Amino acid sequence: MSIDVASLDMPSEESGPQLPSRQHVTGFGFYVYLLSDGILFAALFAAFAVLRTATDGGPDGHVLFSARNAFIETACLLTSSFTCGIAMLACDRRNKFVALIGFLVTAVLGVVFLTLEIREFADLIAKGYGPDRSAFLSSFFALVSTHGLHVTCGILWLGVLLVQFLLRGFTPAIQRRFLCFSLFWHVLDVVWIGVFTFVYLVGGYL
Amino acid sequence: MFGKLTLSAIPLDQPIIMGTCIVLILGILAVLALITYKRKWGWLWTEWITTVDHKRIGIMYTLLALVMLLRGFSDAIMMRSQQALASSNGHGFLPPEHYNQVFSAHGTIMIFFMAMPFVVGLMNFVVPLQIGARDVAFPVLNSVSFWLTAAGALLINLSLGIGEFARTGWLAYPPLSELPFSPGVGVDYYLWSLQISGVGTLLSGVNLLTTILKLRAPGMRMSMMPVFTWTALASNMLIVAAFPILTATFAMLLLDRYLGTHFFTNEGGGNPMMYINLIWTWGHPEVYILILPPFGVFSEVIATFSRKPLFGYRSMVVATMVITLLAFTTWLHHFFTMGSGADVNGFFGITTMVIAIPTGVKIFNWLFTMYGGRIRFTSPVLWTIGFMVTFTIGGMTGVLMAVPPADFVLHNSLFLVAHFHNVIIGGVVFGCFAGLTYWFPKAFGFRLHEGLGKAAFWCWLVGFYLAFMPLYILGFMGMTRRMNHYDDPSWLPFLLVAEGGAVLILVGILLQAFQLVWSIKKRHALRAGADPWDGRTLEWSTASPPPPYNFARVPQVEGLDAYWEVKQEVVAASREPYEAIEMPRNSGLGFFVSFFAVIGGFGMIWHIWWMGILALVAFFALIVWSSWDENDEFELSATEVTLFERANPHAA
Amino acid sequence: MTTQQRHDPRRGDASTPGLEGRQAHGSLRGYIVGYVSAGALTVAAFAIAPSTSMAPFSVVAALVVLAIAQMLVHLIFFLHINTAPAQKTNVMAFAAAMLIIAIVVIGSIWIMGHLNRNMLPMEHLMQMQR
Repeated sequence: MSIDVASLDMPSEESGPQLPSRQHVTGFGFYVYLLSDGILFAALFAAFAVLRTATDGGPDGHVLFSARNAFIETACLLTSSFTCGIAMLACDRRNKFVALIGFLVTAVLGVVFLTLEIREFADLIAKGYGPDRSAFLSSFFALVSTHGLHVTCGILWLGVLLVQFLLRGFTPAIQRRFLCFSLFWHVLDVVWIGVFTFVYLVGGYL
Repeated sequence: MFGKLTLSAIPLDQPIIMGTCIVLILGILAVLALITYKRKWGWLWTEWITTVDHKRIGIMYTLLALVMLLRGFSDAIMMRSQQALASSNGHGFLPPEHYNQVFSAHGTIMIFFMAMPFVVGLMNFVVPLQIGARDVAFPVLNSVSFWLTAAGALLINLSLGIGEFARTGWLAYPPLSELPFSPGVGVDYYLWSLQISGVGTLLSGVNLLTTILKLRAPGMRMSMMPVFTWTALASNMLIVAAFPILTATFAMLLLDRYLGTHFFTNEGGGNPMMYINLIWTWGHPEVYILILPPFGVFSEVIATFSRKPLFGYRSMVVATMVITLLAFTTWLHHFFTMGSGADVNGFFGITTMVIAIPTGVKIFNWLFTMYGGRIRFTSPVLWTIGFMVTFTIGGMTGVLMAVPPADFVLHNSLFLVAHFHNVIIGGVVFGCFAGLTYWFPKAFGFRLHEGLGKAAFWCWLVGFYLAFMPLYILGFMGMTRRMNHYDDPSWLPFLLVAEGGAVLILVGILLQAFQLVWSIKKRHALRAGADPWDGRTLEWSTASPPPPYNFARVPQVEGLDAYWEVKQEVVAASREPYEAIEMPRNSGLGFFVSFFAVIGGFGMIWHIWWMGILALVAFFALIVWSSWDENDEFELSATEVTLFERANPHAA
Repeated sequence: MTTQQRHDPRRGDASTPGLEGRQAHGSLRGYIVGYVSAGALTVAAFAIAPSTSMAPFSVVAALVVLAIAQMLVHLIFFLHINTAPAQKTNVMAFAAAMLIIAIVVIGSIWIMGHLNRNMLPMEHLMQMQR
């Protein structure tokens, strides 16, 4: 059956106006959820903006944040977004091997990102600059760890998906789930743009 | 091993609580025994607990709301009684530590576990039917949302018998809600219960939003949607936008209490005012989440019982959307007195007054709909007229307090308390009762007894005015809210009248309970067909109750008031054969997720860490397990559809 | 039940968020363009931030512009949200979310700024006046 690009959003067999496909409905619903997640992050960003000067006599971002670390983390996350995109293209073409490699690299880069972040946190806590030191640090840890927790859940989710994928290949359900995962992963990278800009760069230098 | 939990958590020395718990436990045991005796466990499991049918879920939400109305109202009548007794030398029967929990529980339960489920339940039941859809976009998620709300309700009720509840008021302001000043488990019960049900609500918002935007019947453009569906759209947009803020804010307070962070503490640079700012950024949209669907109910009821199309459909829709947008611009009016200064106060005072304008447009549209119509004064119409008078008064007192200098005098007085009860009872509660009565026959195939319904309405209406009008006067006289004792004896007569009003409302509630029981008993005499009210919208074209698949053939819509047009044309029934229909399978995911949510919440509240971790692991395992079987639909054969349609003939 | 089809279409909707309805060879180029531009914008931000030659306000402004630009790059090249008519609902939802985010963040900063200034604890006020 040849695929006519122009009629991609309407199946050719049935007549009359159609309800959208399950993939479309699921994708849209997940997208709406992600927008709500963006608002969750907005509240945490607002808290950070308000509390970033409340250091209780302790150190602020100039002293504590490493731009180099943040840059490497950013490079990892951005690249993982790219590899996720490649994997999605492979899903489009039903290329099992490239999809698997693409998603695996995405997961590995995500793990590297998390490792760097956890090391940074452990370092800060060891020096006595944990989330309980001051309101500034509380808001920093809350914002960045919420992002990190999302990344963690994403990697776990991807792991489960890849197992299902290896067992069953490109079923409609798995395609839907990969779509949702890729939306999730890209939005996490968008949130990270906000984090590295306002927390590490503005908070670290200005 | 059990964290902070010991046997002393059970308040054996408090007779009122112990009495209540014993009655509750006996009641629950009686229900469980009845189900066992009638061998209904299997039926309960397949028809209700694991259902993903939006109609059943809507009914369960409504049932939850009605049960919690009883609990919330018990708190209310205890407060009224206490205040009627505790003048000057009297001390009433509720010491301050107990009284503080009562008013906190009252507010929390009424907003989160009565009003929200009632509104969400109505939307869940009605919206897919009104838009000609077979179910919501994500049926299993719908079940999860309901059960998470139920989990939150269970946790809050557990606090009555095991431990204590928050003493902070229904919004738990810091620093009072921080550890140094609330070291017990009360605030933790509050936070975990609301976080769990909050997730349910957010998911429900995503679900209904997607449903309305993507699953309308072919031909139904947005400009042809019924007004109730428009208000449901607006409400769910607000849910998706506002609930994440609640989640984030409660998470920060939880971090303060559990990890010693300093978001809202007095020390360490914390800023309690930030909590109040954020919580009201959620809180103001929340009241619009609650009121917009009842506005939609009134539109449907008025049009149907005036036998006229709704006046000013376009302006109604525009007004609804304007209210939705403005809902996010007024939140500071809840803390004018906190000291942001004239510029900020002035801005938010103006926005608060502006939001009254589209609301006024709606009221005029309802009045113009009634004008020239042949009105049938059924109980939904009585609730509607009661709303129009009552809500207008409440709205006006709100606009009065929108003026910051006036609010400086009236903030946190009984005037404020009277205002918000005026709009919530007059608006949300009356609207939900109107909707319940209006759509009850669609859900169950028989009407609620009219006479009892009217009697209940009058008790509620007169009771409301007796209970709350004196509070406006008391507010002017200087009485503040949340007082369990006062020294000024001139306040007593007003509080006695208020107590009388509360008792009259109690009579109204009892009448409603009796109405339900009596209507079930007399259901054959009260039998209703598909269209008992001569309705205008698509839900009335289905059987009562509708089949699981709602519509045997997906309706093709050509205009506003889709069903009314069909009725006028007397369209001959289609003779084409019915087709097979894909239906979603039942799922236990919602129930099990919520089971572990209760366990996890309880564990975290009592610092039983292994319980919390166990619940988290179980949660992940459940998600993976439920995702494993991709075959989540089954096919209802054409034969089965034909058999059902033949057995239940209805207009369309 | 909720949908008419049993099988999801091979390439999916042009209007589903995250999916592209275009031809295959165009898509890879899109991701590469997105990756390279986002990378360049990131490098620019990290290069500008430590700058002492510009006024702090200008640096912040530059960083904000770079961040918004990069978010748009992600939106267009990775999430495939664009101005096509089929995408109207997606764009409106996104715009609505951005509006709420702006209100929450800017509103909070404005309100809390005023509150902090007006509600300074007494000891600090006294100290300031000494």
